[in-house]
Amino acid sequence: MAKFKKSSSTSQEIPTAALPDIIFMLLFFFMVTTVLRETTIMVEQKLPKSTQLSKLERKSLVSYVYIGKPKQANIYGSEPKIQVNDVFIETKDIVRFVNVEKDKLSEVERDQITMSMKVDIEAKMGIVSDVQEEFREANARKVLYSSLKRAE
Amino acid sequence: MARSKLGASSEVNAGSMADIAFLLLIFFLVTTTIANDKGIAMLLPPKPDPNEPPPEVNKNDRNIFKILANSKDMLLVEDEPLADVGELKDMIKSFVLNFGKPSAEYVTMYQSLPPTLRSYVNANGKRPDSSDDPKEAVVSFKADRGTTYELYVRVLDEINAAYNEIYGQRVGLTGEQFLQLDKKNPEEKALYLKARQGIPRAISIAEPNKIGG
Repeated sequence: MAKFKKSSSTSQEIPTAALPDIIFMLLFFFMVTTVLRETTIMVEQKLPKSTQLSKLERKSLVSYVYIGKPKQANIYGSEPKIQVNDVFIETKDIVRFVNVEKDKLSEVERDQITMSMKVDIEAKMGIVSDVQEEFREANARKVLYSSLKRAE
Repeated sequence: MARSKLGASSEVNAGSMADIAFLLLIFFLVTTTIANDKGIAMLLPPKPDPNEPPPEVNKNDRNIFKILANSKDMLLVEDEPLADVGELKDMIKSFVLNFGKPSAEYVTMYQSLPPTLRSYVNANGKRPDSSDDPKEAVVSFKADRGTTYELYVRVLDEINAAYNEIYGQRVGLTGEQFLQLDKKNPEEKALYLKARQGIPRAISIAEPNKIGG
């Protein structure tokens, strides 16, 4: 045994000098890709899966509407609710919400506003179509049914 | 001078740099939500004008492909129950590409189709009880208020898949490749327009029933 030990003169340590650089690289990757979530989603969100997905072209034109069962069912009940920003709203308030969102855009872009609907798969079509009616009322006709990729 | 006296190295101790970077890394790992802004795009119909009566529908019954969904998530397609949603795509594809009684314009369009699509039409289409030509064909989908959103999206997905496949095959792509065409690139935009020309994506979403069925 001793014979072997003596003969190897190389150091057994792995050089770790480049470790910080590697970690920094990973760090920068995550820093760049991170989008800090602005809203706390208070409804259950199990998005449907589909195959024919298209990407959103301009993120600044998008407003989000969340529909689903409230997570805190003991406070808000178990019926699906509509959430925008950080609050639950009623169907009749959607027109106002759309108009507020439209005011944030410049005048030429107002008609191109896209409503991204993030709806839980358990939700019924009744509430979804009510919301769509309000979108039509508010002249926000571009809708995106947010959905995940289904592998076939 | 001071150096030699103290005998300490002048280098900053960078050994804990990795630890600090790790800490930051873990923070960003936890807070990251990789944005999944993808979905099925749709254009809602404009708000009905109260001064004008709703437009009369005087389409032939054979030109409308009817899909109904009830509150139990069961489908009625062309007046017959359908158990498997996955079959819808092929049904819609052969409906749109039926060319039962095409107008003169569509006879020439049929000639311009690539051979694969033409043989598809010859094998599946030309039925007198299905659509006249792609321009007349309309896919109508009516859900109930009690239908789940999952089924609704699934059916929409199938309808879109059928159209995308037709568009794609027209220019020699798959449906998937057609979807990925970049409209900012003039060449791909031209391809996109060529594929869409003459075949409108006519999907009619009716308002759901108020009464469950």
